[in-house]
Amino acid sequence: MTDSDFQSLPPTRRDFLRQLAAAGAAVTLAPYFLAPSFAEARETAAAGAMETALSPVPAGPEAVDVTLTINGAKQTLKLDPRVSLLDALRERLNLTGSKKGCDHGQCGACTVLVNGRRINSCLSLAVTHEGDEVITIEGLAQGNELHPVQSAFIKHDGFQCGYCTPGQICSAVACIAEGHTKHDDEIREWMSGNLCRCGAYPNIVAAINEAKGQPQPALKRQLSSVS
Amino acid sequence: MNTPSIGQPLDRIDGWLKVTGGARYSAEIPVSGVVHGVLIRSTIANGRVAAMDIAAAEKLPGVLAVLTPFNAPRLPDKPGGVNDPRGGRRISVLQNDRVFYYNQPIGVALAETFERAVHAAELVNVRYDEQPPLVDLLSNESRAYAPRPPISRDRPVDQSRGDAASALADAAARVETTYFEPVENHNPMEPHATTAVWETPERLTVYDATQGIHNTRHRLANIFGLPPDHVRVICYFLGGGFGSKGPVWEHTALAALCAQKLGRPVKIALSRQGMFNNTGFRPELYQRIAFGADADGRLVAQRHECLQHNSMIDEFVESASVVTRMLYQCPHNYSSHRLVRLNIGTPSYMRAPGEASGTFALEGGMDELAYELKIDPVEFRLRNHADTDPSENDKPWSSKHLKECYQLGAEKFGWAKHNPHPRSMRTADGRWLVGYGMATASYPTRRSPSSAVARLLADGTALVQAGTQDLGTGTYTIMTQIAADALGLPVWKIRFELGDTLFPETPGSGGSQTAASTGSAVFNACTALKQRLVELAVNDLRSPLHGKSPGDVNVVNGRIQLVDFSVNGGSEPRQDNWIGETFADVVQRTGQPFVEVKADFKPANGEKFSMHSFGAQFCEVHVDSDLGRIRVARWTGVFAPGKILNAKTARSQLIGGIIYGIGMALLEETVYDKRDGRIVNPNLAEYHVPVNADVPQMEIAFVEEEDPHINPIGVKGIGEIGITGVCAALANAVFHATGKRVRELPITLDKLLG
Repeated sequence: MTDSDFQSLPPTRRDFLRQLAAAGAAVTLAPYFLAPSFAEARETAAAGAMETALSPVPAGPEAVDVTLTINGAKQTLKLDPRVSLLDALRERLNLTGSKKGCDHGQCGACTVLVNGRRINSCLSLAVTHEGDEVITIEGLAQGNELHPVQSAFIKHDGFQCGYCTPGQICSAVACIAEGHTKHDDEIREWMSGNLCRCGAYPNIVAAINEAKGQPQPALKRQLSSVS
Repeated sequence: MNTPSIGQPLDRIDGWLKVTGGARYSAEIPVSGVVHGVLIRSTIANGRVAAMDIAAAEKLPGVLAVLTPFNAPRLPDKPGGVNDPRGGRRISVLQNDRVFYYNQPIGVALAETFERAVHAAELVNVRYDEQPPLVDLLSNESRAYAPRPPISRDRPVDQSRGDAASALADAAARVETTYFEPVENHNPMEPHATTAVWETPERLTVYDATQGIHNTRHRLANIFGLPPDHVRVICYFLGGGFGSKGPVWEHTALAALCAQKLGRPVKIALSRQGMFNNTGFRPELYQRIAFGADADGRLVAQRHECLQHNSMIDEFVESASVVTRMLYQCPHNYSSHRLVRLNIGTPSYMRAPGEASGTFALEGGMDELAYELKIDPVEFRLRNHADTDPSENDKPWSSKHLKECYQLGAEKFGWAKHNPHPRSMRTADGRWLVGYGMATASYPTRRSPSSAVARLLADGTALVQAGTQDLGTGTYTIMTQIAADALGLPVWKIRFELGDTLFPETPGSGGSQTAASTGSAVFNACTALKQRLVELAVNDLRSPLHGKSPGDVNVVNGRIQLVDFSVNGGSEPRQDNWIGETFADVVQRTGQPFVEVKADFKPANGEKFSMHSFGAQFCEVHVDSDLGRIRVARWTGVFAPGKILNAKTARSQLIGGIIYGIGMALLEETVYDKRDGRIVNPNLAEYHVPVNADVPQMEIAFVEEEDPHINPIGVKGIGEIGITGVCAALANAVFHATGKRVRELPITLDKLLG
């Protein structure tokens, strides 16, 4: 095996796992595979997860309709007006990639892109986002093609437990679009709203340094510059 | 031969899922019809709940119930049950009205949605019979008691060798002082969460954010009076733990209790505020030390006495003096631990419990003594190097490369270049004082019995399972690498599964023991599976290898082949006689879907050797000469922790440990209001953990170490050694920069001014 075999999840393994899932492995091997296979979980994630139906949640007598675009798909939801954007994503749409770390806008784990800007989705009520375009971690990759920031996070080990990672990555995508990546100290400063308790910070800086030099794919909506 | 995958910087196997949001943590597993539970918490620290008015809460639409100590179902009072102190952490699950600490769970609001449950919890009106709480440690020191032994798994509470008191009196140089640290909270990014589902009235499944699925299983089985195999615990991904997710806390048992009562699945995810006082913390700790040395710089005596607080209901000892017993050669040594019960939550293990705090006092004291003796701090440590373990009757080390760590660290860091005089160095612009500091790192090699199962499937791939956890430490990845090498397969043909109690039992992921213990079990299972397959081949008439000796074959890339070991030591297959067959051939001939071997790992050699990791931490700090602001400028850490399984994830873990230590040293403090026992800063805005801007680039290096005694894979574990020595290295650097010895954590600018 050569060094290149140890680069980001070798295609051979990816293919192997996909074959397993595609070839009905879930049927023939079901008694032996107890955990969900990474391949299955990846397919679900790549598909945007929204097809997984959650049981209907009662919206209550004061429910409000809100229409917003999430990862390119228009969604109309009937929501209790107290539901945060984060809880709408996690508890109503089964988009659990955005994380709840503090629910008070203090940790950044819930960072998503709204109309191109990074925001703490726990700090804003879903119903205030009428007509907005929201991109979550689930919306960054194009199918099995990772966004350059995602690939760089894998290559530089920009995470350990992975819980802050979706927020870090959304924040990093915006940080690059904002142009706040001229040098390490600037990256550190502009990424300091996203806590990582495992202490992956030096690796996150390395990942952003690598990704910033690569062409950034157009997201469902172009990120606007914030200075 | 296969190129070994062990040691290679393989990207994380679960990386793709983590960067795409596809990794499902415990609160994120979709469960049909789940009810949201929100805990109601005490606003007093001592007394009783006199009454709870739940009428308004219960009237809210969508609210299903509000459980309180007055209406909650009673749990069976059995051995190991919720009231048995031997069962695990003493937890308050609405079985009585007593309040022992602020923020204690006293009720659960249950509703169809999270928003309604929060609203309902806020509508509950609580009346208390309040008693004045005991909160302050020092003013209650007269109530101190000696904890029950052992501490730190198998160590005595107090230990004495020689006569420390007389030796100290005669010492040529002496340091006698106190080091202090406040309460620190783990604050993993993922809040604790449990979803409980009763599959039948007798069978319980829980999705739990836990560092020990089997521990949760046994605890819940005991609490609910079920056979252990009627409880299934699942945790595929864990968003950090650092010790806090080791024990079973209130919310886990309460989720199961509420689900039982409602006959529906219940999810309780803690709020960040709810994690303070309820999920463990590093206790407030005074370390009183007295170290003495002779004129040649050799330690003659060390005294290390620890005083900490503890809760009213349980016991946890921060075994801070244990490291002082073993780290240096010193003939006279006395150490002790005393606890004071206060109205606080129960403290618990937090990353390197004992060693993280103990090395703060020990390595700070060593620096003070080095300065007293005018000896370079590295040289002073070399002079007192322990060639055998003084705390265990000079038992030999299984391996130790501490001297090499000092040497390599000093070289890489440029230690020799610094002027040792305090306040002697500044940045080029003259504004910042520059300080260099160093300290020794040390952590025990922990091992526990573990087990794993390995199966070779008919398609030639392997499925390996162990009921362990991945906290972010990289368990998925390193187990895959161990299995690949042991089986002679490439990593992409291995599927490793964890996080389900249906898999073989393993210990909790704590004490840096998962790689050493469960890694060894995976190695044993895969090694035995390979042997089994070889035996099946050579004993089968239909095999081209029939009749050959198992000693005459090796396995390359899943193919068993005849090897002439007389040529190149057997490292090359015999090209002229290419006889062999694949694992898949062997399995398919059995007519079974797979060939399986389950194996155990049992720790050995513990009586013969003392087993520890060692390392050396070097850092540079810049201190604003006007304002006292402290910046960490750079860090070099060199470690000898046995075999490195994955160069990439290992480096990450050590960096992570050091950063956790930077937080402990410079930022973190949970503030209790001494009047009423409330926590002043239970949130991430006011409890400061390091952010990206607090952390410089870091240099990590390893001293290669082969240790044949610890386990079959030579692994010591690296989750915790990174944090040890960090607080002292920083405090020592701040002293070198400023001339001020700050012995009270966190080292904040106010302690440098005036």
